[in-house]
Amino acid sequence: MIPQMKQMSGAEMVIQALKDHDVEHIFGYPGGAVLPIYDALFAADGLVHVLVRHEQGAIHAAEGYARSTGRCGVALVTSGPGATNAVTGLADALMDSIPLVVLSGQVATHLIGTDAFQECDTVGITRPCTKHNWLVKDIADLPRILHEAFQIATTGRPGPVVIDIPKDIQFKKGGYVAPDSVAHRTYRPAFEPDIDVISQAVALMASAKRPIFYTGGGIINAGPAASRALCELVELTGFPITSTLMGLGAFPASDRKWLGMLGMHGTFEANHAMHDCDVMIALGSRFDDRITGRIDAFSPGSKKIHLDIDPSQINKNVRVDLPIIADAGRAIEAMIKVWKTTKCMPDKAALAEWWEQIERWRARRCLDYKQNGGLIKPQYAIDRLYELTKGRDLYITTEVGQHQMWAAQRFKFEEPNRWMTSGGLGTMGYGIPAAIGVQTAHPESLVVDIAGEGSVQMTMQEMATAVQYNLPVKIFILNNRYLGMVRQWQQLLHGGRYSHSYSETLPDFVKLAEAFGCVGLRAETPAELDAKIMEMIDVRRPVLFDCIVDQKENCYPMIPSGAAHNEMILSDAEEEAVEVSDAGKMMV
Amino acid sequence: MAEAQMNNIERHTIAVLVDNEAGVLARVIGLFSGRGYNIETLTVAEVDPAAHTSRITIVTSGTPEVLEQIKAQIGRLIPVHRVTDWTIDRPSIEREMALVKVAGTGEKRVESLRIADAFRARPVDTTHTSFVFEITGSPEKINQFVDLMQPLGLVEISRTGVAAISRGPEAM
Repeated sequence: MIPQMKQMSGAEMVIQALKDHDVEHIFGYPGGAVLPIYDALFAADGLVHVLVRHEQGAIHAAEGYARSTGRCGVALVTSGPGATNAVTGLADALMDSIPLVVLSGQVATHLIGTDAFQECDTVGITRPCTKHNWLVKDIADLPRILHEAFQIATTGRPGPVVIDIPKDIQFKKGGYVAPDSVAHRTYRPAFEPDIDVISQAVALMASAKRPIFYTGGGIINAGPAASRALCELVELTGFPITSTLMGLGAFPASDRKWLGMLGMHGTFEANHAMHDCDVMIALGSRFDDRITGRIDAFSPGSKKIHLDIDPSQINKNVRVDLPIIADAGRAIEAMIKVWKTTKCMPDKAALAEWWEQIERWRARRCLDYKQNGGLIKPQYAIDRLYELTKGRDLYITTEVGQHQMWAAQRFKFEEPNRWMTSGGLGTMGYGIPAAIGVQTAHPESLVVDIAGEGSVQMTMQEMATAVQYNLPVKIFILNNRYLGMVRQWQQLLHGGRYSHSYSETLPDFVKLAEAFGCVGLRAETPAELDAKIMEMIDVRRPVLFDCIVDQKENCYPMIPSGAAHNEMILSDAEEEAVEVSDAGKMMV
Repeated sequence: MAEAQMNNIERHTIAVLVDNEAGVLARVIGLFSGRGYNIETLTVAEVDPAAHTSRITIVTSGTPEVLEQIKAQIGRLIPVHRVTDWTIDRPSIEREMALVKVAGTGEKRVESLRIADAFRARPVDTTHTSFVFEITGSPEKINQFVDLMQPLGLVEISRTGVAAISRGPEAM
């Protein structure tokens, strides 16, 4: 039987498909090639459009929305510059596996290839920075493509997709089919784990003397149930756990079994435990270069189990002994089941010895710093922000740089989906629009973007979006007047020649806030910081908070470029003794 | 790349069955250029018009680790049905076709025809001063033929790249 097809225009199909996929919010910017869709949107009920100020902001907002809700983010942009402005956000979402459906307008089909006004090869440009993309050439294909887009974006390893819709297709009438009548011809993502492999993994875990869980963003992407399963598995085994930048919040940071973040700016205990472990259980993490440090010295003595939903991540950077290709939540649940049914008893004596060693590393207190003098230390600012917001319904986004690492090191996340940061691509300017996306989804929550004065200027115009939609986001700027991470690397690797990392001129952020119609606050001394932070929290309007911090502070601990996990440096004093090899300098 | 790895380079023939949709070839070859993989030869054509599937055959080279990544990365592309490595997965045969133009007169012309005969290459265009030979075989055989034609007035070559298929009754 042929399913009943409702006749409608391409633009109406877009709106209908968004509704059929339970989309409530879209982030976008109109232009010539998407006017028919905007016209259909004008008449649509139950669909809230947030007008951003730049298309990059639309994508990051959709990312923040997706990451804080576990749902698909949706953005709408016009052809040509609308699409090219979206590219940074798409690349960001691909790297961090964020589910997005991005709709772009295109010039009419008969104009494609003629260098028409605001024409660009959108599918060509976005091909390497999307999970998949489509140019719709026939109205008959549009409903199927719309439904496939949501399926592909949100299942398997999630990612951004782009649907490029020429203007004439938006006007054309055709038959709309519902989502359930569409089945993809080739796309079959892995989901259920192979139980034999799970049993082998559990046996290996049970035999471990120095085990560690190394968990990443895959756990967060697998949904809150996966995080709950992870907590149960860690509790059951009693093994230590460390998480990547993307994985923060999947396991409660207050638990003693959590060693903090690992990697380049990870904790001393996490990195040493990774280096010395005998069984590594990598769950939803991908052995990124920021995690491994020097690859040939990475955890040399360990057997490695690697769980990932994407087969291409297995053996990509690091050879592993036991790959598991499955959904993280399902696989961890299966591990728990096998562990319980086989009555696994880990080597208690060995484990106790391992924990003693870990506690010795932990006793180095690698994140300590001294707040003295009249200047606010950036670490102190983060700590005060954490203490004064603790226990609230809080979401944190960040920009990229030193402030991001300090936030990752010092903020303690107790649950998933509370931490939004640009991990893979490292996109400065991510934090403000991401915060806008988060606040759109959670209007009553406290949403803070921990920022630097450099990053924040890249997407500053989105403050106007926050004002327009009454989104009371808090932009907490650690202002050191330097591009701090660049300055730190110049100090470490380039003989202290601070080439173009100092901002000769900065806007007056308080006045800038007022110009946007936000609240501007400034703190310059430790004594006034708490009261100003409380003022920021209490005001129900968007705030730009200019926190003037010590210019010279560096972010430690740090694995210098080209070094191994057990070659961390903890302070400036140690840094002076470090010789970075030429090969190390070539790393970024 | 470390020297030990450089010595570890293998050449593999990989077949990829894809949906014949717009841009699918660009996805595959964009993956190779974007991730720095090599393509030695590339052959693509629709093989099942009813099912709209095309078969892409790629000869590539790299360390075993890189080759494994190449296959995994191709497998991740949405319109890909299947990826098979003919060099290790199953016994297979490879063939390539080339059109080879040779110009000359006198003894060289006669010699080129004699060699072509030995290689079972067929003249498909003949003038008083030239031949175009069609030759089919393994890439090595074609290389050898081309080398022999070099001193006999080789003008130009057009090669199809490798097509490959498994031995025995089973499909890919």
